[in-house]
Amino acid sequence: MRDLALALALTLTLIGGLFARPALAFEIEEVATFGAGAQVVSVLSTTDAAVFAPVIAGYLETRPDLTVRYTVANSQQVYAAIAGDGAAFDLVISSAMDLQMKLANDGAARAFDGGGVLPDWARWRDRLFAVAQEPVVMIARRADFAGLPLPQSRADLVALLRDNAERFAGRIGTYDPAGSGAGYLFATQDARQSDSAWRLSEVAGSLHPQLYTASAAMIDDVQSGRLALAYNVLGSYAAARPDPGMVVIQPADFTHVLLRTALVPVTSTDPAAGAGFLSFLLSPQGQALLADAGLPPVSDTTITAAPQLRPIRLDPGLLVYVDPMMRQKFLTEWTAAVVQP
Amino acid sequence: MRRPASIRRRLLLQGIGVAALLALVLYLAVRGVAGAAIQTVQDSVLGTATVVIAEELRGGADGISVDIPYAAFSMLGAVGEDRVFYRILVGDQTVTGYPDLPLPDVVPGLTPAFYTVPYQDAQVRVGAVGRSVLVDGNRVDVTVLLGQTRTAQAVISAQMANRAAGLGLGIFALAAVLALISARSVLAPVHDLALAVGRRGPQDLRPVRRAVPRELVPLVAALNGLIARLRSALDRTESFITEAAHHVRTPLATVRMQTEVALRQATDDATRASLRNVIRAVDNAARSTGQMLDHASVIYRSDQPTQDALDLAVVLRDLVGQMAPTADMRDMAFVLDLPVGPVPLSADRLLLESALRNLLDNALKYGTADTDIEVALTSDGCVTVCDRGRGLGGGGAAALTGRFARGDNVGDVVGSGLGLSIVRDAARACGGTFTISPRPGGGTCATLHLPLR
Repeated sequence: MRDLALALALTLTLIGGLFARPALAFEIEEVATFGAGAQVVSVLSTTDAAVFAPVIAGYLETRPDLTVRYTVANSQQVYAAIAGDGAAFDLVISSAMDLQMKLANDGAARAFDGGGVLPDWARWRDRLFAVAQEPVVMIARRADFAGLPLPQSRADLVALLRDNAERFAGRIGTYDPAGSGAGYLFATQDARQSDSAWRLSEVAGSLHPQLYTASAAMIDDVQSGRLALAYNVLGSYAAARPDPGMVVIQPADFTHVLLRTALVPVTSTDPAAGAGFLSFLLSPQGQALLADAGLPPVSDTTITAAPQLRPIRLDPGLLVYVDPMMRQKFLTEWTAAVVQP
Repeated sequence: MRRPASIRRRLLLQGIGVAALLALVLYLAVRGVAGAAIQTVQDSVLGTATVVIAEELRGGADGISVDIPYAAFSMLGAVGEDRVFYRILVGDQTVTGYPDLPLPDVVPGLTPAFYTVPYQDAQVRVGAVGRSVLVDGNRVDVTVLLGQTRTAQAVISAQMANRAAGLGLGIFALAAVLALISARSVLAPVHDLALAVGRRGPQDLRPVRRAVPRELVPLVAALNGLIARLRSALDRTESFITEAAHHVRTPLATVRMQTEVALRQATDDATRASLRNVIRAVDNAARSTGQMLDHASVIYRSDQPTQDALDLAVVLRDLVGQMAPTADMRDMAFVLDLPVGPVPLSADRLLLESALRNLLDNALKYGTADTDIEVALTSDGCVTVCDRGRGLGGGGAAALTGRFARGDNVGDVVGSGLGLSIVRDAARACGGTFTISPRPGGGTCATLHLPLR
């Protein structure tokens, strides 16, 4: 009976979603509804519903009176939904730290007082909170590095690519910053951290790299042998698909750590519901469920134990590359370096 | 009843009040200075960031390029957790940033201008820098506005205010303790003087000779003047009584002598009877005068008794010896019961003798002829004189010891009513007590308790 009700609710929601879609200016990838409670929590997220399902199921066990409506969109659309459309969601979870920061800075986030459990670097004021931390790594296909040392840093990689240009030509993959919010964030953070990133871009550019908009596709191509190396891949995706032929490398010079952040938007019609779900995500139980779902929990000890890990700082500096002029300027420079004739 | 006002409490309250005021002033001053300092520091960081952004604006053939250094925003965030807003204008066209961020009132120059405006539900401190760049050979004015909310400043200000409050409280506590100490030390001479004056016996009429602070000199001088006047008044009274008694007794003696001569020469019975009456009246007057003198000198000496080392047994035996002839004349005898050893005491001899003489005299006067007067002394300083006389009459002991009070059964006995009063006053001056009570089987027992040395 309950399953029937659930299925009915899901169907109705999907239909509702279909009808509602034209009313919303932003593009929705997926809407999933969990539970059959009277009170509805609307979540807008960049993470696939399949990944988040066990976490939501865990939450509904403690709160059977709730229904979670989980809407998935890409990070640009998530930002546009809140900043542009003022869409009414109770919680916004996104991997685009810069856009989340922009929302929080521009007053689109409500205060939430349960962030004290997080380390200082994992939150900004009482507005923006990290729910998961994911290292940004390189993935090498073991077979293609036969007879060569595995690169441990960007400098190693630059030297390796220079010396073995024919072996790696066309077989390096990375994000297309113009097409992917995460890729743009990684590329700008690389550029900010060191000049060696620009050198790497130029060397890689000379090898005609493949550009992607998702980590999963890059990993697929490493596994299939189409790519010898994928640069700036989300470590959690690689960890979810262990493969003896594949090596995950955290660059020793610096390894960015992406923080998947959440905020309760001012557009929320039921902010207490959003805050309740956020509290659950930050609780030990919620963090454990996120870990099981492949989203590593926020942990100060992990960061201090591995000196190469540098969490991307949640501060107004992130706003710099959100600026349209800066974005255009950066993409122009990046394209000039990487996309070579 | 209202409690008397306390100088110490007043000094203390005033000291604490002043301390509280100063602590408050200190708190406000530190807070004000700290607030201004924080504002200056924040402004300088904001100004630097603004200038850095302005310096990165480059002209070129195809317009202006903007390169906001990452650190420019990051450094604002590093101070606290402030929101950051910016706006870059070329001429009066906003090229990037927040187009509704308010402009300053004046056109800013290369030196940052600062102003505070409400923006996006918050008070925002904005730094503004203006400069010009060359675009395709033409001069173009650009303006950079960089604003940040004042959350960090408020947090630091609150911290400084807490510290200032702590400092103020500390100063207040210290000042309160100092006020307590100072009130005590200021009042110490007053306290000492009050103790010294209070410690004096009631008979001590010496002037106060303590060294006192200048402020207390008039008080002590006035006190000494009062004491001196009291002394001279007492002296005058004493000499007046002595003189008066002397001036009355001498003519009385003459009158008595002359009357006796006249009595011897008179033959007429009626004349002799009236002359005898005259003699009795004169005796009465002489005795009263003597007792008045005695009483006055007891009162005078009571104020300044001497401390003689005496043996009570010896004094009593001597007095009884002196009065034995008078007892004989009345057919009475003293039965003396003394302890074996001496009964030492420290008292004014004159006062003691006055008291004992009046006791014995009273017993003789009111005792019945042919009876014994029992005089007993115990080794603890208790003198008892018991007679078989007419008793106390109806008035009781308290009534009899009043000045000029006499029993209602004195009849023909000559008396002034001062005897028991003298005994009581002298006993009190010697530190003892006097009681009188009826004796079982008739008569009276008078008891004098004297403190021994």
